[in-house]
Amino acid sequence: MAILIDEKTRIIVQGFTGKIGTFHAQEMIEYGSNVVGGVTPGKGGQKHLGLPVFNTVKEAVQQVGAEASIVFVPPAFAADSIMEAADAGIRYCVAITDGIPTQDMMTVKNFLRRFPKEERMMLTGPNCAGTISPERSMLGIMPGHIYVRGNVGVVGRSGTLGYEAADQMRALGIGISTSVGIGGDPIIGSSHLDVLEKLEQDPETKVALMIGEIGGPMEVDAGIFFKENMTKPLVAYIAGLTAPEGRRMGHAGAIISSAGESAAEKVALLKELGVIISPTPSLMGQTVAEVLARM
Amino acid sequence: MNIHEYQAKEILSEFGVKIAEGGIAYSVEEAVQRAREIEGDVWVVKAQIHSGARGKAGGIKVCKTHAEVQAAAEELLGKVLVTHQSGAAGKLCSRVYIEAGTKIEKEIYLSFLIDRSTERVIMVGSAQGGMEIETLAKTNPEAIVKIYIEPAVGLQDFQARKMAFALGLDSSLLNHAVKTIKGCYRALRDLDANILEINPLVVTANNEIIALDAKMAFDENALYRRHKIAELRDNSQVDPREVAAAEVGLSYVGLDGDIGCMINGAGLAMATMDMIKLAGGEPANFLDVGGGASAERTEKAFRLVLADKNVKAMLVNIFAGINRCDWIAEGVVQAVKNIGMQVPLVVRLSGTNVEEGRKIIADSGMKIITADTLAEAAEKVVAARNQVVAQES
Repeated sequence: MAILIDEKTRIIVQGFTGKIGTFHAQEMIEYGSNVVGGVTPGKGGQKHLGLPVFNTVKEAVQQVGAEASIVFVPPAFAADSIMEAADAGIRYCVAITDGIPTQDMMTVKNFLRRFPKEERMMLTGPNCAGTISPERSMLGIMPGHIYVRGNVGVVGRSGTLGYEAADQMRALGIGISTSVGIGGDPIIGSSHLDVLEKLEQDPETKVALMIGEIGGPMEVDAGIFFKENMTKPLVAYIAGLTAPEGRRMGHAGAIISSAGESAAEKVALLKELGVIISPTPSLMGQTVAEVLARM
Repeated sequence: MNIHEYQAKEILSEFGVKIAEGGIAYSVEEAVQRAREIEGDVWVVKAQIHSGARGKAGGIKVCKTHAEVQAAAEELLGKVLVTHQSGAAGKLCSRVYIEAGTKIEKEIYLSFLIDRSTERVIMVGSAQGGMEIETLAKTNPEAIVKIYIEPAVGLQDFQARKMAFALGLDSSLLNHAVKTIKGCYRALRDLDANILEINPLVVTANNEIIALDAKMAFDENALYRRHKIAELRDNSQVDPREVAAAEVGLSYVGLDGDIGCMINGAGLAMATMDMIKLAGGEPANFLDVGGGASAERTEKAFRLVLADKNVKAMLVNIFAGINRCDWIAEGVVQAVKNIGMQVPLVVRLSGTNVEEGRKIIADSGMKIITADTLAEAAEKVVAARNQVVAQES
């Protein structure tokens, strides 16, 4: 079994009947994901893509046993949709939406923390490409065909850089257990550490690959977790060696605002913690291959 | 999004924070007029630019007569100020703020920002105001007080009192301090600001607490619901290339190198720039064209990159997910045709429909250098750039 999702996971799409929701729901269904319906408030009772539309997430949980959801709701309403999913008993939620205000995410995280840990919904994103357990289930917007099933667990902030890593590994005949995009925003549902915790426990995963970038303390926190708690090797690449201080590099979270947040500083700290560094983005696959060869 | 000092002060005064009497001026005449309107015998003329460290760059002038105010305004208006925070290009000063001089008894530091690791608003204070907090954090970190604010209940009075005492404020000022601190917090929360910094916050000879400087930055993602704040945007303070990019919905950051870049996805863009650097080149820009790169958008992105006259070669690196390589390739060919490119172009396509995309490039008859991998693309674009430079000299 992979982490977070497999071929049985019952998925609903929030923002199902919109243009983007429709397109990606179709893609997920074609990939083989077990999409069981969707939610668009006010359109409950209709059928869309041959699947039931519900007014609320709660109805979807009760009537079709929804366990996971993917959010395509526009930024102004996305925080509300995420909280609705958590309240309805969804176990895992991927928020694709880009552009959610930071303070809304602060509210979301505070809302999630009110649930006892065992009942708390796991959230990844927003502003991410989603999660894929290759050849089983895709809960995201990635090109599924570049992902091959295998033993490397991947966690990264960026969508396309994650594709690059998957593609490099595929070219070397290396597959992926689960790849999780955690998103590029300053406040996100789950950190690198949260995902590494799951990959460490996953029997299918032999090696973990972390794709980080400038800004924030998250990669170094993950490195400390690795040193203290992980038995599996961790490979990492940190993007943004050329990024100037104080400038936002596309992702709202990719800004060097204090000490220890630049790519060079993060790489140095991670090396000290025993993380194997891919020195360039074109060597992510190669570095993983070398680690696998030594096992 | 950043705003000017005088705008931040106007906002703060609406939230109960006391500021010195002052007024904005766009011309020398207006500056003198503002000084006449303000009582007292000392005025401070402050350059309004989106940058800190203005004092050291000569952007703040203390004046004792109206003639001095006039001279200060004449000097500052229209001047490009380079501070150590503004970047080498500096910022154009097109307005000055005239403020009543303040007799300072004590300078303190106060700021509020959203802390990423705790996902809370954090209040930062120090009894040592006036100097940069980054410097203080290095030289005397124990002089900095941090208080985390629970989002659900907000800043409580006891926390504001705790900060006031930590800042060494006299008990007679306690109520005023609590009002000031809570006002700042509400301004940040109610207006979707990311950062609010008052440095210095001063105690005057009249035993009042006044925000002598003010800096606020706002969450771009929240501007849709903060119309009044959105109106404060001053594009004269932003790199014109970034303004042009924002108008067409592209994310662009101008840099100092000479290899233009167009990439989809912020992470891949940063990684590609790293590869260029490792191959011995310097990127001219960061440009994320995003997920839905249509032919029209691609052409706009090309124009933007090539508007930078330093660009000696250009690299396009697209990993198509939602996109399709054939669409991107058509966009690239069309852009090259319409623009009449003068510099060498390297294109690397990967992902959905990659074969179709490469075929379109190959069949176009255009002088486009292609690459299969990230490393190859970076090497080729650096080589092309070096060739251009060699021919020029």
